[in-house]
Amino acid sequence: MLQYIARRLLATLPVLAIVAVLVFLLLRLTPGDPAAILAGDAASPDQIARIRVSLGLERPIPVQFGIWVSHLLHGDLGESFYFKIKVSQLIAQRLGPTLSLGALTIAIAVLVSVPLGTLAAWRFGGWLDRALMGFSVLGFSIPVFVLAYLLIWIVSLKLGWLPVQGYRPLADGAWPFLRHLILPAVTLSVIFIALIARVTRASVLEALGEDYIRTARAKGLREARVLVRHALANAAVPIVTVIGIGIALLIGGVVVTESVYAIPGLGRLTVDAVLARDFPTIQGVILFFSFVYVLVNLLVDLSYVFLDPRIRY
Amino acid sequence: MRKLVVLLVLASAMGASNAQEKVLRTIPHSNLSVLDPIWTTAYITRNHGYMIYDTLFGTDAKAEIKPQMVDTWTMSKDGKTWTFKLRKGLKFHDGAPVTSEDVVASLQRWGKRDTLGQQLMTFIEAMETPAPDTFVFKLKEPCGFVLEALGKPSSVVPFIMPKRVAETDPFKQIDDYTGSGPYVFKKDEFKPGDKAVYVKFKDYVPRKEPASGTAGGKHVYVDRVEWNLALRDPQAQVNALIKGEEDILERPAFESYAQLKQAKDIQIINRDPMGYQYMCRFNHLYPPFDKASVRRAALAAFNQEAFLKAQVGIPEYYHTCPSMFTCNTPYANTAGSEIMAKSNMKKARELLKESGYDGTPVVLMKPTDLAAIQKLPDVAAQLMRQAGFKVDLQAMDWNTLVTRRAKKDPPSQGGWNMFCTAWVAADIWSPLSNAALDTKGKNASWFGWPDDPKIEELKAKFARELDLAKRKTLAAEIQEEAFKDGTHAPLGEYVNPVAVRKGVTGVVIGPGDFYWNLKKN
Amino acid sequence: MDAAALATESAAVPRHESAWRRARRNASVRLGGVVLALLVGVAIAAPWLGTVDPTLFDAGSRDLVPGKVGDITTLEGETIRHRFLMGSDSFGRDIYSRVIYGTRVSLSVGLLASLLALAFGIACGLGAGYVRWLDGVLMRFMDGLMAIPAILIAIALVALWHASLATVIVAIAIPEIPRVTRLVRSLVLSIREEPYVEAAVSLGTPTWRIMFGHILPNCVAPLIVQGTYICASAILLEAILSFLGVGLPPDIPTWGNIMAEGRVQFNEYPHNVFFPGVFLAVTVLAVNILGDGLRDTLDPKMAKRV
Repeated sequence: MLQYIARRLLATLPVLAIVAVLVFLLLRLTPGDPAAILAGDAASPDQIARIRVSLGLERPIPVQFGIWVSHLLHGDLGESFYFKIKVSQLIAQRLGPTLSLGALTIAIAVLVSVPLGTLAAWRFGGWLDRALMGFSVLGFSIPVFVLAYLLIWIVSLKLGWLPVQGYRPLADGAWPFLRHLILPAVTLSVIFIALIARVTRASVLEALGEDYIRTARAKGLREARVLVRHALANAAVPIVTVIGIGIALLIGGVVVTESVYAIPGLGRLTVDAVLARDFPTIQGVILFFSFVYVLVNLLVDLSYVFLDPRIRY
Repeated sequence: MRKLVVLLVLASAMGASNAQEKVLRTIPHSNLSVLDPIWTTAYITRNHGYMIYDTLFGTDAKAEIKPQMVDTWTMSKDGKTWTFKLRKGLKFHDGAPVTSEDVVASLQRWGKRDTLGQQLMTFIEAMETPAPDTFVFKLKEPCGFVLEALGKPSSVVPFIMPKRVAETDPFKQIDDYTGSGPYVFKKDEFKPGDKAVYVKFKDYVPRKEPASGTAGGKHVYVDRVEWNLALRDPQAQVNALIKGEEDILERPAFESYAQLKQAKDIQIINRDPMGYQYMCRFNHLYPPFDKASVRRAALAAFNQEAFLKAQVGIPEYYHTCPSMFTCNTPYANTAGSEIMAKSNMKKARELLKESGYDGTPVVLMKPTDLAAIQKLPDVAAQLMRQAGFKVDLQAMDWNTLVTRRAKKDPPSQGGWNMFCTAWVAADIWSPLSNAALDTKGKNASWFGWPDDPKIEELKAKFARELDLAKRKTLAAEIQEEAFKDGTHAPLGEYVNPVAVRKGVTGVVIGPGDFYWNLKKN
Repeated sequence: MDAAALATESAAVPRHESAWRRARRNASVRLGGVVLALLVGVAIAAPWLGTVDPTLFDAGSRDLVPGKVGDITTLEGETIRHRFLMGSDSFGRDIYSRVIYGTRVSLSVGLLASLLALAFGIACGLGAGYVRWLDGVLMRFMDGLMAIPAILIAIALVALWHASLATVIVAIAIPEIPRVTRLVRSLVLSIREEPYVEAAVSLGTPTWRIMFGHILPNCVAPLIVQGTYICASAILLEAILSFLGVGLPPDIPTWGNIMAEGRVQFNEYPHNVFFPGVFLAVTVLAVNILGDGLRDTLDPKMAKRV
């Protein structure tokens, strides 16, 4: 097992290397000069040129790449062109909000969608089933920001129940922390509820068609026990797989939510960095996200060991 | 048990004192990323500078230069020696007194980056520091804009920093934010893209006069100011203000005023009546705008009302201004502006034909993410098309635009023909500081690179003229020549009133966004 | 797709014929198909549906409520009276015209991005499945591409290049290529082992014939299903890019653009966001429903996967 983990971790290196090269090249080969943006609106072309040199952008691309990689191997992601702060520090600052938003979103999504999907499969063909499938397709189809504006208008402005925007770290108190995160998390979770509910329904449906379910029922087990202990447990692998996919998709969904709700997270950081041509930050954040994606995949695969005794590494 | 009681008492005492702390929450107009106001001209960084630094002179609400850190000053009879004495009690945030050496070092750093500062430095033979509270300028010849330069309210502002900080290379950013202004920057609480925090500087010595613009007494009545850098969505900004989660919205989008006016706890204050001036700028290096007649054709096709109505929309917030210098300031005049008085498509078409316009499309750059100016290019395109121009409207984000306009390449190879922007009134009210009137051709300091030696001659005369009436005449001559040449198209002026919650009072009137003098209930 | 299942199915019934016929009878396919056909009709007939040039504006007609009448100035300089069925935006442009013309752009973005992703995905999948050494290189590359969040690739590509229709389509298509490649590759690998393919090889049939004659026809069904899902997410992604300010330039009306420009007035004048939002939701819904129906009838095996 440990060998398997080690092998998998090693296998991530080429992937990360490819990501690094792709992103680096993409940034350097496209138009858009960080120096001009930094210099401000009224700077002269001369001043812009001097700033370019100070940012190290005048050196040939392979040299720049070499320097970046050598710093990378020492764990140094470089320094933002803008903020005079190390990229790793920027990421650390912004990680909390994104992590909190993501965790709460997935928690809400799983807690709502798994039971709903199971119920829909149990009552296959009934009104709940149809309603759920209808709702889930709808959930895929509305853009996140439209949903966000609607929810804010109804819940925050008209009803006044929750704040309109902002983020309070856990250190400020558990209730303010939750209060500010509920609306964004609910907004974002809609897509994941749709996705996970569908997969849950499909997998539980397949499991319910198996012989061992008939046996369990014939034994006289309570229906609830049959559903959870036998059907759901056997359906767990695809469900966990899609939760893993969901976590990967979450990174994208978080960008819009953070923009509308003014949450200072990694998603917003990336968009701002791209717009500002802050190369070190863009490289660092994308590399970080890729690493998280790969890690999540590994964790999902490892979880199979616990969910399916037939799988052994 | 006793320990518990002591702890509870302490906790409630801390809670109580925290509850008494007055915090002002503001939504600035853009994200704060660069913290060195000499290194960049960005207005948000200038605002940051005004929080933590102080200036030698200031500009008041009437656009007059008044002393700020300076107490008294004299000019010698021949105009070549200026002696300044600093006020008593000026301290930096770390407790050190402000001395003339700090002043000279700061001015030297500023003089290397600011256009007006560079011009001032060409007049200065030497800057001396005979006493800790006295500094002296020795000039090569009389200079008519010394105070104008030292008191300029907008980018780049000659903020005074400690000598050790001011000795940083002007092309590298500083990382020590000690200043002598009314607030202290809390570097440890600064989270880029999240928030910037300033606390009251208890040892600041404000002047006795009432606050006006960047002059007068900068009293601070709150304990903390927090800039919300994460909130960039315009609708969310309005929502936050309406709900009371924020106190001040620095620059509402024009479309937001309707909602803000209806909200019951919001007041809208026109704190910067001088406002901003719109302009569209031509690229003089390439066709079709390399010919003056083609530029004048565009001027003839434009009328300021169309731009202002589309972009601003609220009649109380805009007015036409037939001058390249801010209206209601000393050098405003109407010389040469008849060509833009109203849209004259016939004249435009005639001028185009005369110049032999061959249908080269005008590459007009349009920014997609700056609400205050993003409608101007559409209006320009529509009017130019009506006049017979071919227009290629290319949209991009502001950062790309800023990069592209610095390029001197041909428009079809990554260059450009035209873009539109807004200037703070304080930056363009005089022929010397108006960057659009730098007509040194390829070596001009601002993009567009107009080439008109006559304007440069007139400006040189202006710089050496000490009599106000003669300077006004020179300004009119400069403007007449500029309209003839078509350096750029001034498109009228507007204000962007700030929106504050009803409990906030004491908003300072002047050319900029200032956060002293504010009281919060 | 194991050999037994494939053998049973190919023995039971001539697969292609009845699957397509079944598809046409499926309720979801019909519903989604009809709605989409309607939308395509609207897109083609745009100039004749009572619209004006969507870029025209008149500052005097700003922020009109749906149904009001106002002025529009044409390029020739004349002013015409016009009823703003869906209201006007903060420029004074007719939202109805912009939404109708926006149908063209949104549908093209969806279709072209999908086709582009499929084309490249098929090429790479065939290459990876057939050529051993190419397999290793390509799949590593695809893994790397998949690891980068799709939205970030799209934002980076559009923001860093010129914002145009072509860039947006390419930026949206690129992150979808890895999944299509994987799908085609796995199909290639499994079909290659089939007895009839082995037979063809032993008969000396050239590789390209096998690819186009045997392999690709079997890929069509799952690829069509995948394609519809890509189309739906492409349309949504375009709206998100516009919302973030890195989409198509505003003088090309897209539903995303209209919503992005109108969002600052959501509380006061929700019609800016409401109308394009409804069109967007309905379109994506229709494509998704169509995809579901196609999947259920053409590729039941995949139904169990998602």
